[in-house]
Amino acid sequence: MDMLQVSVWRGAASGGYRTYEVPRQDSQSVLDVVTYIQRNIDPTLSYRFACRVGMCGACAMTVNGVARWTCRTHVAKVAKGNAIEIAPLANLPVVKDLVTDMRGFFDKWARALGRFVPSATRKDAFARVASDSPGRVAADAGIECIGCGVCYASCDVVSWNPDYLGPAALNRAWTLVNDVRDGARRERLVAVAGDAGCHACHTHLSCSERCPKSIAPTAAIAGLKRAVALAAWKGEL
Amino acid sequence: MEGGTVSSTGQGFAAEPVAVSNLSAKAEVWLWIAQRASAALLALCVLVHLVTIIYAVRHGLSGAAILERTRGNAAGLAFYVVYVLAIAVHAPIGLRTLCQEWLAWRSASLNWFVAAVAVALFVFGLRAAWAVFA
Repeated sequence: MDMLQVSVWRGAASGGYRTYEVPRQDSQSVLDVVTYIQRNIDPTLSYRFACRVGMCGACAMTVNGVARWTCRTHVAKVAKGNAIEIAPLANLPVVKDLVTDMRGFFDKWARALGRFVPSATRKDAFARVASDSPGRVAADAGIECIGCGVCYASCDVVSWNPDYLGPAALNRAWTLVNDVRDGARRERLVAVAGDAGCHACHTHLSCSERCPKSIAPTAAIAGLKRAVALAAWKGEL
Repeated sequence: MEGGTVSSTGQGFAAEPVAVSNLSAKAEVWLWIAQRASAALLALCVLVHLVTIIYAVRHGLSGAAILERTRGNAAGLAFYVVYVLAIAVHAPIGLRTLCQEWLAWRSASLNWFVAAVAVALFVFGLRAAWAVFA
């Protein structure tokens, strides 16, 4: 039987790679490999997963240097010969082994005012938003984000500037800026302005390249740059 | 849909501008606008500048022949004043970002440093433009 040589990060911020031999199988996902190690070789290995089918985003890890959902990544697609290297997501503190602390990532969603702020009450009629209206189309483009952190781990600007809000939070802010029912447009534009916000993006496009949902946060960030610049120009910022 | 609606429904909150430098987020936005605007200007200026150089070289113009064309040429001087101004705005802002991201230099001293670079670029650039005009 073909055996895979799997290097897995063990430890926290300091640690090292340990190599495990895992039987290679057809249609084997990287998550299958990690699970095999934990259940058959080393039960102390920590990793995170939930749905196994690309819905929850919990199993994102760095596979051969690239952030991916391990459940939707076939070994055949990424193995170099019979070797795979699996590490925790970059740009996030490592709790243990393949588990990262996502708090900073989600705190930035809050800082970017990534929550809907209603402008109507329950006594008002339902908002009617035409599905082909420009705002709805722009929001649709980014609305499927499930917060897996792949874009954040792939972003060079986050690695250089730890305060940078990052692609996911800014993408979320852009969907809300385009939501006509939302009542905090100005506050949100203020929250995402500046050198820790959208204007720090260098348009490297790594987030758009690696997003497993094929969302383009770069386009959302470009939209925010324009909206914020326009607001500054009009003296509304 | 302005923010005023929010506080009137009792869901007030303070939106905090995020800025890692010691400048306000608003100032950062204006720096960004200035850099993009100067970049647009530079795209044009660099093109004109390069075409002029290539023209001069391909036609074998001597230094004296070039000076003959530039001396007293007010349009030429005006062009290079705009060009130098665009450089003095564009380059220091980019240099500032580089220093912040690659050197983690984010204190107020960085702003003074890039301001000095801006002044130096402007003064030396103007001096050069003036030298071929006067």
